[in-house]
Amino acid sequence: MKGKMKDEILYDHNHDGIDRRGFLKCMAWAGTGALCVMSGGVLKSYSLSRLPEMSAKEALGELSFVQISDSHMGFNKPANPDVAGTLKAAVDKINALAAAPEFMLHTGDISHLSKPEEFDTVDQILKSAKPKDVFYVPGEHDVLNDEGKQFLERYGKGSKGAGWHSFDKEGAHFIGLVNVMNLKAGGLGTLGHEQLEWLEDDVKHLKHSTPIVVFAHIPLWSVYPEWGWGTEDSAQALGYLKKFGSVTVLNGHIHQTLQKVEGNVTFHTAASTAFPQPEPGKAPSPGPMKVPAEQLKSVLGITDVNYVQGQHALAVVDSTLA
Amino acid sequence: MRRSVSIAVLTVTLVIGIGTITIGQNSLLAGAQQKPETTEVKIDNFSFGPETLTIPVGTTVTWTNRDDIPHTVVSTDGVFKSKVLDTDEKFSFTFSKAGTYAYFCSIHPKMTGKVVVQ
Repeated sequence: MKGKMKDEILYDHNHDGIDRRGFLKCMAWAGTGALCVMSGGVLKSYSLSRLPEMSAKEALGELSFVQISDSHMGFNKPANPDVAGTLKAAVDKINALAAAPEFMLHTGDISHLSKPEEFDTVDQILKSAKPKDVFYVPGEHDVLNDEGKQFLERYGKGSKGAGWHSFDKEGAHFIGLVNVMNLKAGGLGTLGHEQLEWLEDDVKHLKHSTPIVVFAHIPLWSVYPEWGWGTEDSAQALGYLKKFGSVTVLNGHIHQTLQKVEGNVTFHTAASTAFPQPEPGKAPSPGPMKVPAEQLKSVLGITDVNYVQGQHALAVVDSTLA
Repeated sequence: MRRSVSIAVLTVTLVIGIGTITIGQNSLLAGAQQKPETTEVKIDNFSFGPETLTIPVGTTVTWTNRDDIPHTVVSTDGVFKSKVLDTDEKFSFTFSKAGTYAYFCSIHPKMTGKVVVQ
């Protein structure tokens, strides 16, 4: 499988707030996480699979951080009986960076069954990562049986509600949202009234030029509602972010990379560190994709995702399918 | 049979709280009134099968998760609620009153089902 198909899609955006071409989307298998570099208020992201090739200069922006997702510690079925091993491999890649990222985001499904020992294992593995700070939002697998109490005790220090929170880094404003609680029959992910009110207030006094990074588990856009891949009230949340020139939304949940640029907002889902899931609608259900053992790493590690800054262009998406 | 139903409930939910123990008592009560019957619902490929199940009053329904991913069985009206079911784990509930009981998986809420008790 040496053949590569490369897609490069340019999206022109003149900061006029008008979504001129609807959206672009591009889907591809990805590696075990993404490195994000903030440079000039624009976020660039790189698949971890190509990080060793990157120079320190390329990797260093005004701010660099790593997103990992869907570790599913405790999962032990095909195609990955060793999810601890693949999470360690992700950490090794992070540690091989020429310049250590400042911190990590984990976009949920840390554990598979919300068992204490599963969280313990992840904590232990992540301790060996060079970036020491990790910011978490829960996935639905992290809040089983106890309404998220354990998650909050472990990772929710200083957060509001079910774990939502915000913080500032190098002039960028980061917002962690929780959309996996109180899910209703037949519905999608939900943020809920209380969290939306908090969000509106949280961004009210920020300058329009402040780069915004939102991270949450379930995609905040309608990826594939038939499989529950979307969030009921995400439009309201994104409405509060319309005034900002640069908004980057980082999600997990669907175990594959998917990008979309819509107006001033760039959406990006990260791959899982545990197992792949099928493309939307390409299987009878969104259950784990079974691939031969020798193919697992290649399935998890073959795609580049880049946001490239150009003149007046918010983003270029460059994906590779091998 | 009554005994095995109760044991099944308790086995599935060893670490549970009061909620499910109450369910266990319900099944005993229902069984005392009439001969219980059991029926299975399979959880497969992120769906409940059969999606709509019609049963006589007093029937015990057992859900078995045959997926590689955990699921739950939660009544929309709060009548019953399983703990998370990993692969091959089961949850049972005895329906002692006629009515239509809608339920869903609280982890994957697109998964819905219905039990019609006549």
